[in-house]
This record gives sequence, structure tokens and C-alpha cells, in this order.
Amino acid sequence: MTSRKAWVRLCGLLALLALVACGDKEGESKASIHIDNFTFTPRDITVKRGTTLTWFNDDDIPHAIAANDKTFRSKAMDTEQKFAFTFSEAGTYEYFCSLHPRMQGKVIVKD
Amino acid sequence: MAIKDDNNLQRKVLLDRREALTCMTWAGTGLLWALNGGVPLTTGLIGEASAAPASETFTFIQISDSHIGFNKPANPDALGTLREAIAKIKALPVKPAFMIHTGDISHLSKDEAFDNADQVIKEAGLHVFYVPGEHDVIDEQPGQAYLARYGKNTKGAGWQSFDHNGVHFIGLVNVVDLKAGGLGNLGEEQLSWLEKDVAGLPPSTPIVVFAHIPLWTVYPEWGWGTEDGAKALSMLRKFGSLTVLNGHIHQILQKVEGNAIFHTARSTAFPQPAPGTAPSPGPMKVPAGELRNYLGIASVTYIEHDKPLAIADAALSAGSAL
Repeated sequence: MTSRKAWVRLCGLLALLALVACGDKEGESKASIHIDNFTFTPRDITVKRGTTLTWFNDDDIPHAIAANDKTFRSKAMDTEQKFAFTFSEAGTYEYFCSLHPRMQGKVIVKD
Repeated sequence: MAIKDDNNLQRKVLLDRREALTCMTWAGTGLLWALNGGVPLTTGLIGEASAAPASETFTFIQISDSHIGFNKPANPDALGTLREAIAKIKALPVKPAFMIHTGDISHLSKDEAFDNADQVIKEAGLHVFYVPGEHDVIDEQPGQAYLARYGKNTKGAGWQSFDHNGVHFIGLVNVVDLKAGGLGNLGEEQLSWLEKDVAGLPPSTPIVVFAHIPLWTVYPEWGWGTEDGAKALSMLRKFGSLTVLNGHIHQILQKVEGNAIFHTARSTAFPQPAPGTAPSPGPMKVPAGELRNYLGIASVTYIEHDKPLAIADAALSAGSAL
């Protein structure tokens, strides 16, 4: 009896762990973009709806993120500062750096 | 004998004086023509000469891109190098009429940075006219911190015009409402203001325009240009003398096009690479001890009507004053 209970508990734990692990892989709830040399890397990124995307400023000059459709906008980020936004709606979001508007990027959010 | 000699002498003097006055009148007429050579006058009476606006030689200073708050390896002490630039200005043998700062006063639009910049710039003892750079309008309420300090007597985002000794100065703002993928931006409201501002000015009026981002296209790949700069320049094409002073690119570039001279100033904080010579236009680190070769100020002198203004750049490392 004892070993059966232990076995059930182990299976339960394993299932839970599998669910959690699968959840992370499937949802990709976090993603990141790095800014350096006046460039967003990756320039275009595809994420799942519900993902929190974080821009990290690795450059030695401030940058600021602004969506073309005004969905999101960051404050100015100095070196080592970051900006995060959670995409709750599917769609294509083009954005640029409001200090250096030639810098552009795109986020594609899928269901 | 003495009286006769005196009469003869007096007569000679009188004739000489009459001749001299005639010559002076003629010379005055000739001088008037030369002064307005670019805009022909059909008459050259002394009466008109005396009605012409009096112009005198004067010098003003251009500094730019002080980036107070910047502290990265390219220059860990931007406030210190600004102070050196101001000391250089203070040491000039003839005090300039005023100073122009073509923007990026601060690095991150922080109050403390503006405070520090103001304290140091005040040491020059000159009145300063400002235009903002893109680093000056990134506060929480974009541009409000800048206007609170420097917005007096300006319109919109901080544009303005003023006159000094017959020269018309125009400060333009091309760092707000920037569009994705674009360059600097003046906008319709400012362009409309500019058109009205210069409408009544005779073409013989020397014009100086200053703005942060180059109004001419220097290197669009790095954003070094103004999307609607050509519209502004076309409004100024009628003028016989146009001087365009910009900053933003942290190096000297100059070009002459007809009656127009375009000049960009060095920064007092850090240099940037020449167009296309680096992956990006970020701060350029230079070998130790060489930084001050790349930082500097500019003096601009109005010498004579209808002649180009004389621009002299001096690096911080230059031993003597300009």
C-alpha cells in the first residue's frame, strides 16, 4: 500500500513537473531584445500572445522604444536599463527608437 | 607778407577742404554701392547712405553637445570638459556678443544635469540662446523640462528669432515628433512660423539659422539630416547671406552652396566617428590624451555686410584662444 501511494505521488509530481516544463516551452512567456550599436537584435521577433518582451540597452548611448501605433512607449533607457511590455493581443507591432528614429524593429505576436 | 601768405594759405586750405569734401561725398556714394553690391541700388546719395542700417563687426560663440550626465569611457567627465570650453571663451581677448548652444545640453534631460550645465555655462558671462537636442526632450513630459528652463521668448517646442546689429538669427527645433525611419523634423507649425518670420525681411539681411540636427543631409543612414529641412532652406534662399549652424554629429563638417555656408560644431563632451567609418554613430573612444583634440568650440564673426560670416573652430587642446 505504502509503495503504491508513494508511486502515485511520484507520478503526480512528475506530471506536475511535465506540465510546468511544457507550459514554459509552449508559452515562451518571456523573450528579449538587445540593443547595441544603434541596432535591435533580433530586429524582427515572433512571440506568442501573453509574452513579456524585454528590451535591454547594452549600448553606450540612451535609447527609447516607441510603437508606431502608440501601443507601447518606454522612458529613455540609459546603458544597462531595460523596458518590458506584455503583448496581450495578437498582431504585428512595428516600433522605432524615439531618439534615433532610423532604428526600427518589429514584433509579430501570434495566438 | 605773413598776411598774404596766410590768405594764400587759407585759400589753399579752403580749396583743399572743398575738394576733400567732394571726394568724400563721392567716396561715400561709392562705398554705399559696394556695401550693397549684392542688391543693386539705382541711386547712391549720401542721404540714403545715412538711412542705411548701421552694421558693426561682432563675434558670437557656438558650443554644442555638452551631454552633461554622460560618464562612459569616451569621456568620464563631460562637465569638466564643458568647463574647459567655457574657460577658453572667458579668456578671449574681445568678449563675444553672446553664445549659441546648438543642443544636447544634457544627456538624459535630468534636472541635475541641466542645473550643472547652467552653472558652468554661466561662468562665461554671456547671454546664451539655446535650441534643444534629442537628449534634452526625453523627460517624463517630453520637452517640458527644457522649456521650463530655456523656453522664455520662444514658441512651440522652443523656436525663436532675434536680431543683432542688423543680422537676423533664427533658432529652429528639429528633435520633436520624430517619425519611425525618419530624420530630424521641423513640422508644419514651425515652418509656417518661419515663413512669416522672414517674410518682411529684405534679401540683403544676413541670416543665421541654428538647429541641433543638421538641416542639410549629411548622412541619412545615421539619421544625420532633417526630413523637411529643404522646405526651411527654400524659404531662406532669397537672402544674400545665409549661415546654418548645427550640432548633433560631434565633428566639424562644412559646405558652401551659393550664398549659404553650412557648419556643424564639435561637441564639448565626446567625438563621434566620421560618416560610415564605424558600425554606428555612438561615442568614439580615442587614445588617452587625445580627447581634447576632438572637442571644441566655434566663433562666428560678422565682418561686413554682404560678406560670408567667418567661422573659426578651436579644439580644447589648442593652446591659445580663437
